[in-house]
Amino acid sequence: MFEYCVDPSVLEGFRWLSCYLTTGKHFLFYWSFLTVLTLLAVTAPTALAFGFGGAMLARGPAPVSWLGKVYIMAVRGVPDIAFFLFFVIALDQGIEYLRHMVVCPDWTDPIRQGNDFIVCSDAKTPNNSADQIYHDVYGFFLAVFTYAIVFGAFAANVLFGAMQAVPRGQIETAEAYGMTPRQTFWRITVPQMWVYALPGLSNLWMVLIKATPLLFLLGIEDIVYWARELGGTKQAKFTDYPHGDWRLWYFLFLLVFYLAFTKVSEAVLDRVMARLTRGQGTLGGTA
Amino acid sequence: MSCTQTILDYGLRAIGIGERLLPRTDFTLCQQFTLIGSGLIWNVYFAVMALVVGFFLANAVAMGKASDRWWLRKLCEWFVLIFRGSPLFIQFFLAYFIFLRLKQAGILPFLTVAQWGALVVLILNTAAYSAEIFFGALKSVPKGEVEAAEAYGMTGWAKFRRIIWPTQMRLAWPAYTNEAIFLFHATTLVFFSGFPTWRQQGDALYYAQYFADKTFNPFVPYPILAFYFVVISVAVIGLFGLINRRLNRHLPQAQRPKLRYRPQIIR
Repeated sequence: MFEYCVDPSVLEGFRWLSCYLTTGKHFLFYWSFLTVLTLLAVTAPTALAFGFGGAMLARGPAPVSWLGKVYIMAVRGVPDIAFFLFFVIALDQGIEYLRHMVVCPDWTDPIRQGNDFIVCSDAKTPNNSADQIYHDVYGFFLAVFTYAIVFGAFAANVLFGAMQAVPRGQIETAEAYGMTPRQTFWRITVPQMWVYALPGLSNLWMVLIKATPLLFLLGIEDIVYWARELGGTKQAKFTDYPHGDWRLWYFLFLLVFYLAFTKVSEAVLDRVMARLTRGQGTLGGTA
Repeated sequence: MSCTQTILDYGLRAIGIGERLLPRTDFTLCQQFTLIGSGLIWNVYFAVMALVVGFFLANAVAMGKASDRWWLRKLCEWFVLIFRGSPLFIQFFLAYFIFLRLKQAGILPFLTVAQWGALVVLILNTAAYSAEIFFGALKSVPKGEVEAAEAYGMTGWAKFRRIIWPTQMRLAWPAYTNEAIFLFHATTLVFFSGFPTWRQQGDALYYAQYFADKTFNPFVPYPILAFYFVVISVAVIGLFGLINRRLNRHLPQAQRPKLRYRPQIIR
């Protein structure tokens, strides 16, 4: 990156470090932070939308409400990261299976042959001949979808509770003004529920931040992948910047990154809470 | 091969007793149930040991957070912040590399093995989460009870031991039950972080993933794993419910706090 980096073997101290930290691979490492932030930025609204849909379903009339409640219960009841490992393969196979049915209707062989899952080559998603970038985007999409489904169920639970918490008097007033149930929901319940939902949602956001390293398990080249990759011992034969086992320092950096991120989120969410409680008839709002 | 034979061969596979080779072809449902169940030994080991040791440490940290000495208070606050503010996954990785360094320097070499090193991380982690629960409970011990104790002439240790601590535990218990369940779920992360498995002696998720990779069919091993964990969660709620009943045995029936299972996924 800098001009003096041409021959790293003669560099010392700070100059060596500045060259080392600006190699191509390190830029991939810095980019992967952006991957994580993008995942958070895309997942949070998607999960919120899933949650909103789930909560609305759960409030609906009898057969519809079961659907919402089953979604909330199923995801929250199934314990843990197993869900992350399970869902990505299940989703991948589901998509390929559906495409297989559409693209190759003449295919007669069974899809599950013993230990193999075989679909016709046209149904492979993405196609084997596709560029690497499509594989990456597809993997990222699967990850976002998995996170959104899992966290959507938790958000649905929070939003469901928040909708119930809107004071009864407000709803009755709306009815007295002759609003239809739809109008009442969109004009009264939804604007007022956020203040009740925020503590739960901010807790969920903290959990979501701390769940991002699991991207690594989903096979995405995220910060954990690069920290392991770059930190490992490098021999002089293979690289211009030989060093010992530095994974400790890379992971220490990740730890500090997450701590700082959590701290900043806490401060921002406190401000949002202060803004939302303004003028509300709660303990926090009567100022 | 009959199912009894499979259970004899693989029932204790996770701790190195029985058949060395894992099944490679023709996986039966019985094999999957047995091996995943045998991996559960490790999950139970990690969770129980971490809970028992972490309980005492958490009490100490909660008291430290309420201490008058500023340096002790700051120390405990930082401890809780670091372990609650960062992902457990990263903590495992970081700890493993620290232990590796220590081993190279000849200090505590056994810590690079999962059963000790990961246990240390889990103890510290659960201690931080529980300390926050216990600290919150300590803050909400009713003033009247403490004043009544003082009126009886109790001071210092006697007041804490006989009045404050029992109430604190009573208040903290429902939240602490959830913490115990999360800890069980968190134990599945051990072999997915830096800690290596030795002779394929892994935990339940390790074997579930083994089967999922080999058969390319996630729809059998993961539901089995989920089933085992639901059973464990129910068992934990049952056990902690008994303790909860004992803690609240002096209260009128209607006032007793109920345990509510509020699952959280990842820490």
